[in-house]
Amino acid sequence: MSEENAARPLPVVPYLKLPEDGDPYIEGQKCSECSAIYLGERGGCSKCGARGTLQATKLSNRGKLHVFSIVHRSFPGIEVPYVSAIVDLDGGGTVKGNLINIEPDPEKIQFGMPVEVVYADALGRKDKDGNSYISYFFQPAS
Amino acid sequence: MTDAYVVGIDMIKFGRFPDRTVPEIGSEAALLALADCGLKIQDMEALYCGNLGQANAMVGQRILQEIGQTGIPVVNCANACATGATAFREGWMSIKAGVYDTVLCVGVEQMGKGLLGGAGGGSGIPKEGLLGSGTMPAVFAEAGQEHASKYGTTFEQFAKVSVKNHHHSTLNPKAMYQIETPLETVMNAEMIAYPNTKLMCSVNVDGSAAAVLCSEKKVRELGLMGRAVKVSASVMTSDPWQERDLVMPDVNSCTRQAAAKAFEMAGVGASDVDLVELHDCFATAEILHYENLSLCGEGEAGHMIDSGDSALGGRCPVNVSGGLLSKGHPLGATGIANIYEVSTHLRGEAGKRQVEGAKVGMTHVIGLGSACAIHVLEKVS
Ligand SMILES: [Zn+2]
Repeated sequence: MSEENAARPLPVVPYLKLPEDGDPYIEGQKCSECSAIYLGERGGCSKCGARGTLQATKLSNRGKLHVFSIVHRSFPGIEVPYVSAIVDLDGGGTVKGNLINIEPDPEKIQFGMPVEVVYADALGRKDKDGNSYISYFFQPAS
Repeated sequence: MTDAYVVGIDMIKFGRFPDRTVPEIGSEAALLALADCGLKIQDMEALYCGNLGQANAMVGQRILQEIGQTGIPVVNCANACATGATAFREGWMSIKAGVYDTVLCVGVEQMGKGLLGGAGGGSGIPKEGLLGSGTMPAVFAEAGQEHASKYGTTFEQFAKVSVKNHHHSTLNPKAMYQIETPLETVMNAEMIAYPNTKLMCSVNVDGSAAAVLCSEKKVRELGLMGRAVKVSASVMTSDPWQERDLVMPDVNSCTRQAAAKAFEMAGVGASDVDLVELHDCFATAEILHYENLSLCGEGEAGHMIDSGDSALGGRCPVNVSGGLLSKGHPLGATGIANIYEVSTHLRGEAGKRQVEGAKVGMTHVIGLGSACAIHVLEKVS
């Protein structure tokens, strides 16, 4: 049982879905009343206050870079620099993550540039039980 | 409804006091504020105390153990970086409601050094540096980058905020630092989270500030109207829903809503405001708040810093105390310390950094999460 768990990587956050027979994706919770989209399950909609109206929806793997920061100092043990990015996904939903496969140079990163969501091992980080994790990242798209 | 007035107010010089206790640091400001108006702890009918780091440890009562345990009601409050302003506002409300005529408000914090922000937490593995950054310098860098994206605001313009506020603090003996930081120095300082360099991040310091508030009747009775400062608006908001909320705290909407309400409550417009102490937790944030507080038009914040409009001697001086960037940011004390700064100018007692002829001033703080508090203060003529 534990060997099986260790063999199959876990999602870094609950809203990252890793279907056994399909591609990974980010799951949003969409309010059927007002169309607001959330990451992660919740009891009610914080935009309109409706309850029981949130439905799981598969979010797009493409989007546009809203803003970014290049982080040069972080908490101890965290490798720097990295690009912290906020991405508006096509069709709705905003996600924060690392922007990879781009130089960490403000001149090389454009607001609004198209990006795609890619899924990969979580930088080698393991939990205390030795489990590996899959995370999502953004990279420049054409 | 009675008007409420600040009759006594003061702050300690901000610094690092690892060998003192939080109640000791808070008591010092409380005694200074009482001395400022010549009143005693026995004259106070209630104490409103703001502190974040020991929010569950009855700091207000422990301050009374230091300066006089008179048995008055004590309210301890915590509201992130709006903690001090929240304590002040609780005192203001008690006066406005007619429950008390004389109250004491204290804000105090002991910080320690280091980076503030969420390390990700939760179960599994650390998320910092994996799902972007939750550090405060990065969060506020991203907030500032929205302005850069919309209006082309540059790294240099953000850096100029820090040059200005550090310059202001050379005129403020109660600021943590009195050091000039020229533009090259700010821009070449260690990059923490682009575009915020180390000199564009507020300084974690220990400190305290306190105010004595009175009803109009009481001010007259005590003969204290001469140096009294009228609180003509006190407003708080929380952050209204925004579509990027979950990944990007919004410091703009709550500030805009609070500013609109504050101008209405005080019956003044932005052009009437002679000086502003606003929440420059990072240099990027100050740029956003010029527009959020209507100190300039939309998209004009870059011009406002370039032109010197927000510097001492300019059209609307901002953070003449040195701001959080150089005076320092003891979270629970900040909201009362900025009321001290504005009050000191309205009283004409700000010395070398005096904003000449100041009649109306505004203070603003944001506690991320979010709580925004704005006060409008007026000279009594
Ligand atoms: Zn809804």
